[in-house]
Amino acid sequence: MLALRDVACLRGDRLLFEGLSLTVAAGEALVVTGPNGVGKSSLLRIAAGLLRPSAGTVERAGRVAWLGEAAALDGDRTLGEALRFWAKLDGTRPEVATEAMGIAHLARVPVRYLSTGQRRRSAIARTVASGAPLWLLDEPANGLDTEGIDRLGDAIRAHRKAGGSIVTATHLPLPIDDAENLVLDGILA
Amino acid sequence: MISPLILRDTLRGLRAAGLPVAFFLIAATLFPFAVGPDARLLAKAGGGMLWLAALLASLLPIERLVAPDADAGVLDQFAARGIADEGIAAAKIAAHWLSFGPPLMLAALPGAALLGLDAPTLGRLEASLAIGTPALAALGVTVAALTVGLRGSGALAGLVLLPLAVPLLIFGAGALEPANAQALKLLAATALLLTFGAPFAAGAALRSLRD
Repeated sequence: MLALRDVACLRGDRLLFEGLSLTVAAGEALVVTGPNGVGKSSLLRIAAGLLRPSAGTVERAGRVAWLGEAAALDGDRTLGEALRFWAKLDGTRPEVATEAMGIAHLARVPVRYLSTGQRRRSAIARTVASGAPLWLLDEPANGLDTEGIDRLGDAIRAHRKAGGSIVTATHLPLPIDDAENLVLDGILA
Repeated sequence: MISPLILRDTLRGLRAAGLPVAFFLIAATLFPFAVGPDARLLAKAGGGMLWLAALLASLLPIERLVAPDADAGVLDQFAARGIADEGIAAAKIAAHWLSFGPPLMLAALPGAALLGLDAPTLGRLEASLAIGTPALAALGVTVAALTVGLRGSGALAGLVLLPLAVPLLIFGAGALEPANAQALKLLAATALLLTFGAPFAAGAALRSLRD
């Protein structure tokens, strides 16, 4: 699903990591942990193709769904319209995913009126609705309440059961069963 | 893949289209106050004045063309879906022109009436605006992509865009003279170059935003 070989990441003149190789197969989950600034987000951005690695190669089997820090939903549109825009690009429909994240009742509310947690749930719903086999989740639990984290865990479980994979960087414990762990400790920095 | 992007940006642009149009009309209204109520002078210089007003009005939307999408993570989402940066830039240029060019060409009608332009001059003004505004839109998106995230990006965008738009202004205003058929062709050539070169320049700028 995802294979990184001998990947290095240079930000400015700081070498965050090098010689990093990993593979994620179908149905697997990889949880990346480590202190702030160690390069977790950069690793995920490299995996998503948003950042070019300074060295090494990245292979992705299919489409990816990226969940970053920003919700990327237009504030002046209603939540339903904003999610439908992305679903249209992905060739899917968002309704089942909004139901799964418990935000279906917000479909007619303009995105600018939503709380941080509701926006985060919406961004997760876009990831779920994307239909992409590989999810890359950067701090997905930020701003979520316990019920939201449970729903996120359920979504991840369903995704893996259907043969999908996830890679996530997180500080908060996530309800993910038998995940691989990668600890970036920043000894290089 | 590209048409939902054009639709989204056009709708967003049209919602804010009143500002450049109002600016254009106010500039046209102020011109007689500055040069005096000499009808012949106004009719002679008015067309060029409207072209200058159009150029300045094109500076107003620049800050909202790329920066909000970069801040909101929208550009990252496009990139993660494998949409080429050049395609995004082209969509933004098309959408920006749709929400800016035709409204400006409509506003040129009352503008021309205010300055007492005759019908043939108005016809040539509309033709030169139709040819020139896509290039203005292309320059606007390129400069917006180049200046995202810089301090004082609005003022900087003006400094970058205005010199690049000089050929458009020269040939656009030049095309208003009845005996000057070459100017319209030169305007078209300049506009073609800018409009079709801009997606690559703006696309490269969008790509560099992610590094």
